[in-house]
Amino acid sequence: MSTALAVRGLAKRYGSVEALKGVDLEVGEGELVGLLGPNGAGKSTLVKIAVGLVRPSDGEVEIAGARAGSKAARAALGYLAELFRFPGWYTADEVLELHQRLAGSNGGAAERRRLLELVALADAAGRRVDGMSKGMQQRLGVAQALVGEPRVLLLDEPTSALDPVGRRTVRLLLEELRGRGVSVLLNSHLLSEIELVCDRVAILLGGELVAAGTPAELSRPRGIELETDEGVRRIAGAVREDAPRLVAEAVAAGRRVYGVRVLTSTLEDVYLEAVGEEMTD
Amino acid sequence: MSSVAAIVEYGFREAVRRKVFAVVVLLTAIFLVLFWLANHFVFGQLSNITPPRDVNVDTRTFAGAFLTGLAMFATLFLGVVLAVFLTLGVVSGDAERGLLQPLVVRPVGRSTLLLSRFLGAAGVCVAYVLVVYVAAMVITGLTGHWWPDTLVWPGVELAGGVVIVIALSLLGSIVLSSTANGIAVFMLFGGGLVAGLLASIGHALNSHAIKHASTIAAWALPFEALYQDALRMMTAHTSGLTGFLLQLGPFGGAYVHGWTIRAWAAAYLVAVGAVALLAFARRNL
Repeated sequence: MSTALAVRGLAKRYGSVEALKGVDLEVGEGELVGLLGPNGAGKSTLVKIAVGLVRPSDGEVEIAGARAGSKAARAALGYLAELFRFPGWYTADEVLELHQRLAGSNGGAAERRRLLELVALADAAGRRVDGMSKGMQQRLGVAQALVGEPRVLLLDEPTSALDPVGRRTVRLLLEELRGRGVSVLLNSHLLSEIELVCDRVAILLGGELVAAGTPAELSRPRGIELETDEGVRRIAGAVREDAPRLVAEAVAAGRRVYGVRVLTSTLEDVYLEAVGEEMTD
Repeated sequence: MSSVAAIVEYGFREAVRRKVFAVVVLLTAIFLVLFWLANHFVFGQLSNITPPRDVNVDTRTFAGAFLTGLAMFATLFLGVVLAVFLTLGVVSGDAERGLLQPLVVRPVGRSTLLLSRFLGAAGVCVAYVLVVYVAAMVITGLTGHWWPDTLVWPGVELAGGVVIVIALSLLGSIVLSSTANGIAVFMLFGGGLVAGLLASIGHALNSHAIKHASTIAAWALPFEALYQDALRMMTAHTSGLTGFLLQLGPFGGAYVHGWTIRAWAAAYLVAVGAVALLAFARRNL
């Protein structure tokens, strides 16, 4: 898999504050990577450096093989900022048209219509931004990030203002984009969302990468839960391979087995384990 | 070119939406009506003004030059108001509100973005200044039957002065918040005007120190020097006591003038633009 986003030894200092301390991260083509971490961990700084909004103190970032901030890198990416706003006097269609012109996209009205349909705003093409709810504006932001068919998408909290239906729309959209080979770096606080859609997860803490891998790699066995006529019993330390033996032993002991469940830590458990020390400070 | 046009249009629509044009057009209309009234009454009563026999002053030229000088000041002021409100928040203000980031990450790039905002503001302000300038000259010409000695260059220099203010305001918008930038640019503008008045006083009193200070200010703030030069050209061919009195100011004299200051103003504009582009390229957003 070739690399769509490569972060190497990235450091950023704001005066005496070290926002990033030598972070290494890669996003492959067609890969969806979730970036997690508490407030102030350096997630937004990393994304801002990748899109060329902030200059790194050290290290480098490449987007589709081009130096972050270069014209070639900017041409390959789509970006949704955590805090963004579109001019209130533009309609949804005009916002996308403006970005088409800036991105050099020749998709025309067909692209704009398709993007608005993707984010469930097809009926709001003529509605002005200042007449839209926060959730609608965020979905328009996602559509804006997709103008010009970018190869790499960097989304900073794209669902923070969305209701469950809106989140599902964006989640399905991300899965569709992955299917088309678009690489996505998704910065979000919503662990369940990251767990549902991301191929890999990276956890930042205090400007350092403290955990990275697939959700399965990061999760740990937490025993087996056995439901019998005596009730639910949890066998700590047992792993998936122990399940047939435990069921057989229960049956041999005259118990009726109604269910068996292999327990693994959720992404939330992994996250809290990784950042827990800092959060209790 | 499409992206440049898109950003110019973006800035234009922003100004329309924020009622910048509405306020400026209203102020301009009020000014032009008042200016016509002033011309009507001044020239209507000109025959009643009789200077002493041994004082050879052309009252029509004096009144015309004074009134058009006043119009030049008002045009410059209104042009600067328009320029500042079009540009004071282009970088910091828009970045704070989250409007800038989605635009900057596009392939169009920061330098094109800033140059396009400059071109948009300059186009609007130059057109505005020239229209108001010509309107004021026509009002005086038709009402008082007096026309300035030079008609085109003063307008061009006035517009040039406003373009320099636009460049300073854009540079300020990179390092200052919108409010701080607006205050800073208006203080610079006020400082320039005070320097111009100081020059008149310095020459009237023949004070070397005041003349020196005002000359330094004129070079440091060339929009003021261009304005002074434009005023000077209005009565450049007026001689005798009338010419002498007009040169005393405040609406006639220029103590830093000619092609040297014009060339310096152009170089100053390029330098401010270059510093702005460099500062914007390095600015974290």
